[in-house]
Amino acid sequence: MQFFGGSEISPSPPAPAASGNNAHMLYIFNRNGVCLLYREWNRPLKTLSSQQDHKLMFGLLFSLKSLTAKMDPTSVEKGNLGVPQLPGQGCSFHSFRTNTYKLSFMETPSGIKIILVTHPRTSDLRDSLKYIYNLYVEYVVKNPLYSPGTPIRYELFNKAVDQYVRGLG
Amino acid sequence: MAPAAPKSGDAIFASVDRVNAELFTLTYGAIVRQLLTDLEEVDEVNKQLDQMGYNIGVRLVDEFLAKSNVSRCVDFRETAEVIAKVGFKMFLGVTASVTNWDTEGTTCSLIMEDNPLVDFVELPDTCQGLHYCNILSGVVRGALEMVSMKTEVTWLRDMLKGDDVFELQVKLLKQIPEEYPYKDDE
Repeated sequence: MQFFGGSEISPSPPAPAASGNNAHMLYIFNRNGVCLLYREWNRPLKTLSSQQDHKLMFGLLFSLKSLTAKMDPTSVEKGNLGVPQLPGQGCSFHSFRTNTYKLSFMETPSGIKIILVTHPRTSDLRDSLKYIYNLYVEYVVKNPLYSPGTPIRYELFNKAVDQYVRGLG
Repeated sequence: MAPAAPKSGDAIFASVDRVNAELFTLTYGAIVRQLLTDLEEVDEVNKQLDQMGYNIGVRLVDEFLAKSNVSRCVDFRETAEVIAKVGFKMFLGVTASVTNWDTEGTTCSLIMEDNPLVDFVELPDTCQGLHYCNILSGVVRGALEMVSMKTEVTWLRDMLKGDDVFELQVKLLKQIPEEYPYKDDE
């Protein structure tokens, strides 16, 4: 048993028992803030309505992105805080970690945002998010019945995402 | 650092699924033919092809981004290069060259010497106003709009009308910054 000096801040959730089953939630947003997909695997605590929850998540990412770009010590062009950025401008974060969860984030130039919330000890998930983006392209964008900008309701896509996320270490 | 954008689309072209070029050409020809029958007016057909292209471009951009690993382009110049070298190669199997930049760097021309859409095509006298490849200008416009660039795309030269190359002029109208989509009182 460890009392002091652990790098993890207590209280931290128990490490995942087996590989897989690490993920809590997945969100996919488009550029207009529409939640295209929300999947949930392990979320015991819910305090908000789903609509509020999605809005809050989108707002968190939007603000955080703006803040990270503002704090960038390497770039000259920072613009003003809160002033909208052109695509390609500014830097962005790809994940953050709290003592209870880790949030991984990817944004494509077309404005698709993919967010995966997992156990805090999960490793770098950037490639996994890219893989999910590929799934989105294959199962959703290429589906002629899907009209862009609407929530995704395809069993096949959900299944593919579930299966992939369950397999994450 | 983000990985550098690929300089050519050869590797991606080799890895994606392809269809027989003749099937593609003839299918497109059949679509144009049907539109001419249905709409009767050449101008209407141009408009319809452009709209179809736009709808394709809106979706195609995601496939392009997912497979090409292009993460961002610094400016419009780089964007144009990527479209000509990577995008055209990936979806049409040909490359274009970028020339005729204006001084502000907002207008350029994509020159195509080879265009798989027009194999076997001859324009009859009744269709001289038809932009046979208007679907391509729509695709470019739709795809760029999804990456926040509002553009105007027009054909300047057309091999079907006796020119030596295809020239597609792309004019950047404005870049739309990303804004917070919700209102406070919602």
